[in-house]
Amino acid sequence: MSTEVPTRAGAKAGQATHHMPGRESADRKQVTQGRWASLLLAPTLVLLAVVIVYPIVNAVVMSFQKDAGLDPATGFFVQGGFAGFDNYIHWLGQQCNGTACPPGTLGAQFWSAMGTTFFFTIVTVILETVLGFWMAVIMSRTFRGRAAVRAAVLVPWAIPTAVTAKLFVFVFAFEGIVNKLFGSQILWTGSEWPAKWAIVISDVWKTTPFMALLILAGLQLIPDEVYEAAKVDGASAWQRFTQITLPLVKPALMVAILFRTLDVLRMYDLPAIMTGGANNTTTLSILVVDQIREGFNSAGAISTLTFLTVFLVAFIFVRFLGANAVGAATSSGKK
Amino acid sequence: MRNKFSKYAVPFASASVLALALSACGGGGGTGGSTGGGGGGGDASANLDSRGPITYVQGKDNSNVIRPTIDKWNAAHPDQKVTLKEQSDQADQQHDDLVQHFQAKDQNYDVVSVDVVWTAEFAAKGWLQPLKDKTALDTSKMLQAPVKAATYGGTLYASPVTSDGGILYYRKDLVPNPPKTWDEMMADCSIAKQNNIGCYAGQFQKYEGLTVNAAEAINTFGGKIVDDSGKASVNSPESKTGLGKLVDAFKNGNIPAEAITFTEEPGRQAFEAGKLLFLRNWPYVFNLAKTDGDSKVKDTFGIAPLPGMSGPGASSLGGHSAAISVYSQHKATAVDFLKFLTDTDQQKFFATQGSLAPVLGDLYTDPTLTAKLPYLPTLLTSIKNAVPRPVSPFYPAVTKAIEDNSYAALKGEKSVDQALSDMQAALQAAGAK
Repeated sequence: MSTEVPTRAGAKAGQATHHMPGRESADRKQVTQGRWASLLLAPTLVLLAVVIVYPIVNAVVMSFQKDAGLDPATGFFVQGGFAGFDNYIHWLGQQCNGTACPPGTLGAQFWSAMGTTFFFTIVTVILETVLGFWMAVIMSRTFRGRAAVRAAVLVPWAIPTAVTAKLFVFVFAFEGIVNKLFGSQILWTGSEWPAKWAIVISDVWKTTPFMALLILAGLQLIPDEVYEAAKVDGASAWQRFTQITLPLVKPALMVAILFRTLDVLRMYDLPAIMTGGANNTTTLSILVVDQIREGFNSAGAISTLTFLTVFLVAFIFVRFLGANAVGAATSSGKK
Repeated sequence: MRNKFSKYAVPFASASVLALALSACGGGGGTGGSTGGGGGGGDASANLDSRGPITYVQGKDNSNVIRPTIDKWNAAHPDQKVTLKEQSDQADQQHDDLVQHFQAKDQNYDVVSVDVVWTAEFAAKGWLQPLKDKTALDTSKMLQAPVKAATYGGTLYASPVTSDGGILYYRKDLVPNPPKTWDEMMADCSIAKQNNIGCYAGQFQKYEGLTVNAAEAINTFGGKIVDDSGKASVNSPESKTGLGKLVDAFKNGNIPAEAITFTEEPGRQAFEAGKLLFLRNWPYVFNLAKTDGDSKVKDTFGIAPLPGMSGPGASSLGGHSAAISVYSQHKATAVDFLKFLTDTDQQKFFATQGSLAPVLGDLYTDPTLTAKLPYLPTLLTSIKNAVPRPVSPFYPAVTKAIEDNSYAALKGEKSVDQALSDMQAALQAAGAK
């Protein structure tokens, strides 16, 4: 969103808007630039309004409508009418027709799906950050065959998620390679924790490279001189890591974590294909898709709730943890 | 100012993209979401005598059955040509594609192929042409179960085209006489134990296949998931016996523990590897088990009707029907096309070319067909005793109620009593009141 028109003045004035002595026309130039900028941005904004704002607003409007119900006399569906907050109460309170939703309905699964989604988010992001960091540190060293290693690391990321999921279905099947390799008899997709870990392992396998590459980009921005100076001052390897690497890589790291978090919060394909949501692996997105088949308006409510959840998490990240993709980009531009 | 803005820009942009992804699916259905009540109204009584070119919509034609069929029709009806619109080969996607086109009142979806379990939903939405009066269809030669599955509220809404039912695969080298009842089969499990293989398996992973298997167990022992008026009636002693049989078999190991992860394919592979004495599966397994290079049971397996309480068990019903959209412009042609799909020659062609089980009872004993598909007489018994899965306009919610609760019971997380009372409550919440 912070697209700047790259002019000669813009390159230098990007950081601050101080007047430069001897350039009176700078003010006027900026006004013209601003106009140009809005003009050039207009098509993008219109497109965003059509493909993003309209569907969101539409989903919110739908979420206040009742789903079509059956007219018992004719056996045909009739329009539901205005619902107020009923759809939201249905999900948040897990209420079906005024009583608690019985097991075996989608309504009974909202909070467990929320819990499952956050479980996957926290566990996979932590694992991916640690492993990704490790891989990034290795890849940033100079050694023979580094290009090959980097390319190899990218392979899991390049495979479509649905294919990955199918792959791991076979890997974790009862007669699959994991059980054969370890001589175990675990029903990976047949009970809660093995199923959850199977999904976590698949997700970590697939997206750690993404993490590693983003962190690697951050690592390579740290100049060697800083390390050399630290060495001269007698800092140990651990000190160099905690005092130099970590603080300097933090902007890139936070962006990587933010991206991954938002990504996992809407996880659908891995659990949908590997377990079909059985054994408490139903995520919010799976619930949304299941609900779409049962009624659009109620699905509008739960997708709005999912949207708000993700929005909240993103907001917390940016506001309190200092993740800032744009900031990271500008500060890296300085170097 | 710029900094502050960009601080929020990232989460906003990312969250917006997410919302787009989520709402795009929902948005599609927004406007026409629930235009029901049209069943007896204008669309259903329009264009009844009109003839002209039509479109036939069905899932991917993997065994090249429908193209030659349509070519044959087109050669005979040059002025009323049928165009094929092929969907994906995923059932869920076919369903959603049909919903979208019906909502848009698409006149180009004249005749559509519907899975037996979708008929009620589409009919209740007012999207399917009732097959009565001018568009009536003769179903007297058809098997009754598929006709029942295509009937909603006493009116036929689709013409059965292909059928399917479960059959029992067994090892005739180990069990010379196949069991006729469930209890006989459980008694035979000692043979499995002696040979150190699993005894029985079906499809027990939590997906549509579990609904099929749980419904078979319940129906076989006289239970009913919904009664004839559509009310949930699963919480009965008969259902308890039926579901209890499956639960007991899991508990005592007659169904091996890994079967809880079985869909059709892992079960077939286990049977072909010689690791199962009995397998409940669809007829497609027959040819594979006979011809697969890996199959160790090529000459040592036999087939039988599903075992029941005292005779054959109540199979769940598979298959597809063809229905006419109420928005079709050429319904007279569409009706003729339905009749064409279900005439003897076409039904024979479907069976020989695509191994699709016919809906005409006579064909199951036709010597030319049984020579090619030896399982047909067994399948006939299965389909004659079949009970359609609940014919409900809320089928997605109904199948979820059955899946979730029977899965919990099979895993021992719930007692059978609790599972059935939860199932009953969930069915009621689903709309089958």
